[in-house]
Amino acid sequence: MDELVIQKLGPLSDEEMVLNMGPQHPSTHGVIRFVVKGDGEVIKVALPVVGYLHRAIEKIGEIVTFPGFMPYTDRADYLAAMFANEGYALAVEKLMGLEAPPRAQYCRAISCELNRIASHLISVGTMGQDIGALTPFVHALRERETLNDLIEELCGARLTYHYHRIGGVAFDVPDGWAEKTLRFLDRFERILDEYDRLLTWNEIYVKRLADLGVIPAEMAIDYGLVGPNLRASGVDWDLRRDLPYGCYRDFQFQVPVGKGWVGKVGDCFDRYYVRILEMRESVKIVRQALEKLPAGETMHPKIPKKVKPPAGEAWARVESARGEMGYYVTADGVSEKAQRVRIRTGSYLAMGVVEPLSRGMMIADLVALIASLDVVAPEIDR
Amino acid sequence: MPNDYAHDPGAGATVLTTQTSIVENVLNLARKSSVWFLLFGLACCGIELMQTGGPRADLDRFGSVPRATPRQSDLMIVAGTLTYKMAIRCRLLYQQMPEPKYVLSMGSCATCGGLFQYSYSVVKGVDKIIPVDVYVPGCPPRPEALTEGFMRIQDLMMRERWKAKMRPRTEKRLGVQYQVPETV
Amino acid sequence: MTLSPEEIHAKAKAAFGEAVGELQPPAKDAFFTVTPAKIREVCAFLKEDPSLAFDFLEDVTATDHHPKEPLIRLVYHLFSYRHRHGIVVKAELPRDGASLPSLDPVWKAANWLEREVYDLFGVAFEGHPDLRRIMMPDDWVGHPLRKDYQEAGGYFDITNVRDSALVEFRRMDEAVRAAAEKSAATNATPATPATAPAAPAPAGGAQVH
Repeated sequence: MDELVIQKLGPLSDEEMVLNMGPQHPSTHGVIRFVVKGDGEVIKVALPVVGYLHRAIEKIGEIVTFPGFMPYTDRADYLAAMFANEGYALAVEKLMGLEAPPRAQYCRAISCELNRIASHLISVGTMGQDIGALTPFVHALRERETLNDLIEELCGARLTYHYHRIGGVAFDVPDGWAEKTLRFLDRFERILDEYDRLLTWNEIYVKRLADLGVIPAEMAIDYGLVGPNLRASGVDWDLRRDLPYGCYRDFQFQVPVGKGWVGKVGDCFDRYYVRILEMRESVKIVRQALEKLPAGETMHPKIPKKVKPPAGEAWARVESARGEMGYYVTADGVSEKAQRVRIRTGSYLAMGVVEPLSRGMMIADLVALIASLDVVAPEIDR
Repeated sequence: MPNDYAHDPGAGATVLTTQTSIVENVLNLARKSSVWFLLFGLACCGIELMQTGGPRADLDRFGSVPRATPRQSDLMIVAGTLTYKMAIRCRLLYQQMPEPKYVLSMGSCATCGGLFQYSYSVVKGVDKIIPVDVYVPGCPPRPEALTEGFMRIQDLMMRERWKAKMRPRTEKRLGVQYQVPETV
Repeated sequence: MTLSPEEIHAKAKAAFGEAVGELQPPAKDAFFTVTPAKIREVCAFLKEDPSLAFDFLEDVTATDHHPKEPLIRLVYHLFSYRHRHGIVVKAELPRDGASLPSLDPVWKAANWLEREVYDLFGVAFEGHPDLRRIMMPDDWVGHPLRKDYQEAGGYFDITNVRDSALVEFRRMDEAVRAAAEKSAATNATPATPATAPAAPAPAGGAQVH
């Protein structure tokens, strides 16, 4: 079964060996596998083998109806399900030629940014855990539990939200929720400072990550990296600011870009620290959105029970926690089912960069590289 | 050999009917208070599994800690969707676990394929591959639900005989013929 | 400077003439079709030309039009960070023996994206450095995202059918009872499971595929 991968590794010299890492491995973030050809501790090449969580979500998109596909988008990226919902909703809305009402757009932004914090918390926590610092992960989970409570109050689910619908959002913000969220944000900003003291500027941590897995800007663009991975390489690009969708036009926020804080621009530390800074920006956006939250409907009044968009194809993208997430949806105008649903995700192409970067790396550093790219298995395989 | 597993018409399934002695109770108490589970997060449920081990639900208070290797674990929590490509590895991991071993199927994907009935690449239930002791429904189950399922595993352990170091073979226990696979 | 799809199409048309087709609906995402054999030259031009500068290959995917037309359409989404404009390029291929040049020499991102299209649609890419299956196991038969794909009914000894819980449980019960009766007959000892009342015959429970 693995002949093709072994063939790809090429012949082994006397000192070399093949090491199999995964698919069941605590630090590969889900079921991802790496076949490593190494000379002792030094990697000659590491080949990612994916597909262990290929659940045929794109095929299911052709089998179920348009609104019926929304729960599957949750599972396409379970750490940042709000974005997956929003991307699909935007694509179908583009096909139908309508827009969600303003209040719904604000609800979307609030839920998305809270989800971004929750997703980055896992990323930051597991980053520490993979390097050997076990405590930050428990801290991150503690904050995530509070966030989960908030999101659960909003939409009734802890992980797979199904909150955004075609034409709006499912529920309005409950009474007293805004105050609770603001209280959490106040506390969370102090906790981010605590992370900086506990983990970010820890000398061991910095030395471990500085100048490791450097991705220059041209390489990042060429390999199709998106989101925090792209920004850490020094490319100043954020869909929310540069091609705003929804209500992001109304908010003031910074886009953190990798500056080479402890080493070269685009190393693992930059990718980590960009995420910490992004959480601060998300806090700002949620505050502004709660302040400006307009009154009105949360669902477009003209959404029919049977969604049947006119024939055509639409490409919509959102800035997810793992970078740009694109949905390509085609409809034939007759059927209630999509002809093709394609999900373009950030993690899939981030895996492509592992092979060229791994050459000459130590085996222990490969773990840090994967953690810094923040890949999740369902987004790779779908 | 007396049949430890009897058919219960009320439950519609096989149940344990073993009587245990005081000595066995003590031994089982030790066993159930240190269930090390295999960290086998496959998909969405893996995140809830992590949160169950996290500070609020805190599975550690049952003396249960995650292990990264099957050789040191007693319980396999299958958390998430199992695909055909992964199923072969899952079976291999199960075979590598030492007896007595238990399997908890977490979430509807692991139980029956869940949402992914239409999928060409998803195994419709982990019990097609390996025998399962406890099923926890939900998509994904909350940490409280997983804790409940975990306590049912502990109940199962308390009713077992120390003498029977090997649990009965799967075919006998569930009445279903499983093909013993060739290691791939 | 951001260019409109019409201007981008005009530039490509001027450079390649017949190989570049007409611009399709300008309402939503405008696209134009390119002769498959020329796709690499056209894309290299779109990337290298300083006024176009499509440095980012966003997505490569395909659509199968099986019952209506015997075609597979490759869909390339291109974007330029420098000029902030995008375009969709398509290539039409016959369903049997679909093959066209790989874009790996132009954008490295094409490597993985094309591997996925190869795996799920069975489109061969000429000059691709590493054309292996990526999602499905190496020994999988068929290309699942094609419209006429039929499931093989499982993988090795794993079946892809699951009955409803009632049917599955009844089957387990019957197997237990049969085993108990068999052991009772051989050992001549009263077996406990045999005392269970006979379950009614399965009334065609719902089958879920």
